[in-house]
Amino acid sequence: MSRIKETFNKLKNKNAKALAGFITAGDPTIEGSLAIASEMFDNGLDILELGVPFSDPTADGDVIQRSSARALMAGANLSKIIQMTAKLREKYNQPIIIFSYLNPIYRYGYERFIREAIEAGADGLLAVDMPIEESEDFKSIRNKHSSQEDFALIKLAAPTTNEARLETICRAGEGFIYMINRVGITGTGGLDPESVAKHARQIKQHTDLPVCMGFGISSPEDAEKIAFAGEGIVVGSLFEKTIEKNLDKGKEVYSKQVGETVRAMKAPLR
Amino acid sequence: MNSNYNYPDSRGHFGQFGGMYVGETLMPAVLELDEARKKYMQDESFKSELSELLKKFVGRPSPVYLASHLSEYAGGANIYLKREDLVHTGAHKINNTVGQGLLAKYMNKRKLIAETGAGQHGVATATVAALLGMECKVFMGREDIKRQKPNVDRMRLMGAEVIQVDGGTGTLKDAMNAALRYWTTAVEDTFYVIGTVAGPHPYPILVRDFQKVIGEEARRQMLEETGRLPDSIVACIGGGSNAMGIFYPFLPDEDVELVGVEAAGRGIETGEHAASLSHGSVGILHGSKSYVLQDEYGQINEAYSVSAGLDYPGVGPEHAILKEISRAKYETITDSEAMDAFCLLSEKEGIIPALESSHAISYAVKYAPKLGKGKNMLVNLSGRGDKDLTSAISILGM
Repeated sequence: MSRIKETFNKLKNKNAKALAGFITAGDPTIEGSLAIASEMFDNGLDILELGVPFSDPTADGDVIQRSSARALMAGANLSKIIQMTAKLREKYNQPIIIFSYLNPIYRYGYERFIREAIEAGADGLLAVDMPIEESEDFKSIRNKHSSQEDFALIKLAAPTTNEARLETICRAGEGFIYMINRVGITGTGGLDPESVAKHARQIKQHTDLPVCMGFGISSPEDAEKIAFAGEGIVVGSLFEKTIEKNLDKGKEVYSKQVGETVRAMKAPLR
Repeated sequence: MNSNYNYPDSRGHFGQFGGMYVGETLMPAVLELDEARKKYMQDESFKSELSELLKKFVGRPSPVYLASHLSEYAGGANIYLKREDLVHTGAHKINNTVGQGLLAKYMNKRKLIAETGAGQHGVATATVAALLGMECKVFMGREDIKRQKPNVDRMRLMGAEVIQVDGGTGTLKDAMNAALRYWTTAVEDTFYVIGTVAGPHPYPILVRDFQKVIGEEARRQMLEETGRLPDSIVACIGGGSNAMGIFYPFLPDEDVELVGVEAAGRGIETGEHAASLSHGSVGILHGSKSYVLQDEYGQINEAYSVSAGLDYPGVGPEHAILKEISRAKYETITDSEAMDAFCLLSEKEGIIPALESSHAISYAVKYAPKLGKGKNMLVNLSGRGDKDLTSAISILGM
């Protein structure tokens, strides 16, 4: 069974929800990033979304734009991020999803990326700008090397997605469905629990895959308000804000702080 | 039309290029735009409203002019200029914004956003927003706001809000990132007017179809004036909209050579240039797959050109396929060569060209002797140079 499936099964048995956490890999340094990810796992993170920094992150708000710029300044690249994954895999069994804009993956080569990412112990890819319409090339190469159990291509559903399209996305979905809570970019506030729940119900009519909700979740209260609607939540900008606030205090401090933020966000999900 | 040329497919792929690489939040909007495009571009009332506007508001057709002094100076082929500098707002950009603005009106969208580098597309969008009574926000990089102040003033005068973008190098790429971000938050009631033949499908063909009027007119005009088609057509390329506009109607005429001229900036060898087709590699940027300037890990490099309108690290996907199938060739011209051409056309013909168009003029003058006497070359003079006067005069030390 895939690590993703196993994780959701275990949580279901405990009647708990998943906390998926996004961090920009290599922010503020590769070493710092490894320390942060370890603290996150140690404090109850269920799924890690390891963000590949990109020079032109058009779907992201200020916080993740800045974290991407810091990571690129520190020399992060896809090869080092795959090595980071392998390093984390030595110690942790939780799913690790590579989260990226498509160009760094395309430029690296789909085949090489898939081979190395699986080898390193990554469990899937979420490419923000690869809609179902443009997924075929990637999927067919993935199919040559592994099954979706080994390396899932995670799909997004947005509030703007209509019913017919949602059905297609759900059919193509693997691992879990990443549900975007609001129209907008990452890191901006404003959650309407009712519409989030309605959207999640709509998705569940089309698939048995777990649904994880992301965008705009910035406090344990937010998490508590919406978690019932799906199988998990995704938090990103909040962790990056915590890193940013503690940057000058050094690796020990910012990684500990992110760990504590994970613990606080996980509490209402248990 | 050459029977082998049947691009793009229904999802906007020109061979391996093009496509719709945007986040899921924007996908429904680009699909809706594609539906609207198919519906209204065939609609009689849309077509007649557009053609009236092009004639009476834009000032089409723009003339074709034999630049005899320039031709004599170059000493070879006759150089004809397609005078897009004479249309309203002073550049070809208006053809597309009138089209997209009208499309927005038919789609019942009252808010327009745009990105701009040189400011010409921003001015053209602000113009059409004023004409159609729409709200307009224009995203523009910090550096370009400095370089192109007269255009910023024009936009504001027409009621548009100019939003300064501070990220990156503060140029066109950053303005486009900011516009895409804003569109993602406002997609439900906002129409994004993209200014070049780039972006996700259907923008590359939407913009081409609104710009092909340049080539259609030029084809007719050259036949009237010279009795035959031109031997060579030259146009500058940033994103590539003026070039696509003049090239497209000539694609089936295989004897007509098509030349796109990219900005070599301070020289290709310095790395400070904007020649994505000539010296970039295949990548995915701003919604489509094409040639981009990038490093080995797929991070987009900054483009550089003295001309703000060419300062873009990508290029429209249709140019990528034209390069791949060798239907067009792509050359480069440096900043200093373009500056020389800027002065040359001003002195020889009394026409001050945009710095963008100066790249095409420069190549034409170099190429005319090789093409030879008795041959006809058609250069797309995509815009006028008033907007560049401040920076040009400081570079020239006048």
